[in-house]
Amino acid sequence: MDIAALVSCLSSPACIVTQATGGLIVGMLLFLVAAGLTLIFGVLKVVNFTHGSFYMLGAYFALTIFNFTGNYTLTVFGAGVATALVGLVFERVFISRVYGQNVLMQLLVCYGFILIFDDVVKILWGPEFKSMGMPPAFQVPPIFIAGGVVPPFYLFLVGVTILIGLTLWLVIDKTRLGKTVRAAAHNPNMVAALGINTGVLYGLVFATGGLLAGFAGALAAPVRSLTPGMGFSILIESFIVTVIGGMGSIVGAFVAAITIGLIRSFGSLGFPLFTEGLMYVFMVVVLIAKPTGLFGREVG
Amino acid sequence: MTRRRIGFDRRTLLTGAAVTTVGMLAAPMVARSQGKLIKIGMPTILSGRVAQLGNSSRNAAIMEVEKVNAAGGLAGLQIDLVVRDSKGQPQEAARVARELVNSDGCEILIDAEASSGAFAVHEVARDLSVLCLHTNSETSSLSADPKLRLPHVFRVCRQGIHDAIVGGAYAANVAKTRNLTKWMTASPDYAYGRDTTAEYMEYVKHFKPDIEIVGESWPKLFQPDYTEVVTKILQTKPQALYSALWGGDITAFIDQGNIYALFGQMETFAVNLADYTALTAVKNLPQGIHSGNRYIKTFPKTADNAAWADAYRAKYHDYPTNWSWQNATAVHFLAAAAKKANSTDGKKLAEVLKGLTITSPFGADGKVTLRAEDQTLVGYAVGWGTTIPVEPYVPEMTPGDWNQIFALETEWKKKKGFI
Repeated sequence: MDIAALVSCLSSPACIVTQATGGLIVGMLLFLVAAGLTLIFGVLKVVNFTHGSFYMLGAYFALTIFNFTGNYTLTVFGAGVATALVGLVFERVFISRVYGQNVLMQLLVCYGFILIFDDVVKILWGPEFKSMGMPPAFQVPPIFIAGGVVPPFYLFLVGVTILIGLTLWLVIDKTRLGKTVRAAAHNPNMVAALGINTGVLYGLVFATGGLLAGFAGALAAPVRSLTPGMGFSILIESFIVTVIGGMGSIVGAFVAAITIGLIRSFGSLGFPLFTEGLMYVFMVVVLIAKPTGLFGREVG
Repeated sequence: MTRRRIGFDRRTLLTGAAVTTVGMLAAPMVARSQGKLIKIGMPTILSGRVAQLGNSSRNAAIMEVEKVNAAGGLAGLQIDLVVRDSKGQPQEAARVARELVNSDGCEILIDAEASSGAFAVHEVARDLSVLCLHTNSETSSLSADPKLRLPHVFRVCRQGIHDAIVGGAYAANVAKTRNLTKWMTASPDYAYGRDTTAEYMEYVKHFKPDIEIVGESWPKLFQPDYTEVVTKILQTKPQALYSALWGGDITAFIDQGNIYALFGQMETFAVNLADYTALTAVKNLPQGIHSGNRYIKTFPKTADNAAWADAYRAKYHDYPTNWSWQNATAVHFLAAAAKKANSTDGKKLAEVLKGLTITSPFGADGKVTLRAEDQTLVGYAVGWGTTIPVEPYVPEMTPGDWNQIFALETEWKKKKGFI
């Protein structure tokens, strides 16, 4: 424990800026993955354990697209859309068969596909780790805000993630499609009785989850090593975010992800040997105070 | 009509059964002498995050086995290398090793496991009394601790204490020249990371006592994001940074450190960077990072070493790794021992291997030795240098001094109670 280092940092604007930026980056990527996870759970009532694999696929799609085009904007969109398509096919062909079934059956199907997706990545891209490298546009020196170090790529990443988050919120909250999705989450039978094709709707929701995870993978690819199985660690953290934020709540996922990111960033100074533990302590505290999570609602 | 009696009475049956049983028991020996085959088992990691290294171990061993077989085999017997995947799990490594001996009929084990698996295989070798060559475990106690030593088990790879002494001496020289007194460490939080870091810093302090460790960071093994580590280093403002991160972890750390311009702000010493697995994966390798040699074709700077690396690359369209040269060396030692003993018997080979010196492309002076006293590899090329972004990546290496290694290693063993 090094409380002096934490206090010293909190009294320095430069340190606060550097640590807060670092925390935001971790939080933003977590949010993108957790938002898809919580959206799928909220509407389909399926805990999608393969969601980490979608993040992995997004990163590998990004690697391939970037190697071919050298255009990072195209890379992010391409990886997102490709992962969304994988999500759509996966939902229509496999997950749709286990709706309403025992959660163990859903878990088994998802776990099986985690292994399959890992092996597919090994076959297509090889078992060794890969590095995409920083796009040339971002190979520039960091900028200084109030003395704190802020890499330009991270500013881009935060901006893009906020844009994606706002778009998601607008679609879910302000459009007819969003209303239908929310209605399906509340009462799917009534939505079906009104003549809406819930199968298409469910496929769309799953694809959106894949899109978000694909975006996250593509945005992380320039700074993280790509390995088969890389989705597993982010899956665990995304579950923590989802539980803290409240299962099914996108706003909750956002608040929880940013909080987790900041806890990790500042915690690494004050509690260097307990940074991981702080995340779990926070989850326990939230669940004791509000068992449904920060923005979760009581069921029934 | 008379029933014809078949000549198949109880006595014939018993005789037949006995002959069949003896025949089955003797079959391996008959096959061995007639088919001219000896099976060598190799448990290694062929799946998971370390698969690249396991594959490179297998590739190097196969390449050398083919050469030995083409030259007449091991004391006249063709080598059949049987490779099995342990998935990087110690219990699986032990199971696979046992199966290789008991079911596959392997008479020698080349244990190409990382440290956790190597200790498990070591116990199997103890139990089955089979000749075993550890080729990838760098944990010094595996061969230094007399309680673990077995007459038929050898270590044919580098080890932590040697790297720590050479790295410590090199870093202290740089620190003296540039007056680096404030150091920080960032290494993976498991036994290898903690032990290696402690030993390295111990020897840096041994050679330059006035240095101070101003901060430590212990990211998880295979942690995807190092932002918090990078920002902590920025806040701590050390003059020098030591890291034992490796593989995909060191590449992610460098990629993430680069965007904070981290490596221009301090001298960085990364023991595991100078291996092609990392060097070729990092897209923007910073200039001037100090690294220990794992395997690069330019160190030792000899035609033999370069030719070996080129042959490997031509055969597999991939770069060899630190694990590659170690497994190749194991095959070289077996071939030399079998030639000297004119036998493939495990006990005879073990007797010959103790103290055996062979010519090697990986030797500091063209030779490597399996030191008799602790049955471990010495005399291999070990050194440190600084990176450049393109091949040969580390153009000049400062070689370690083996006399210094031997002297300080002996002190270390005394301190640990090993001698």
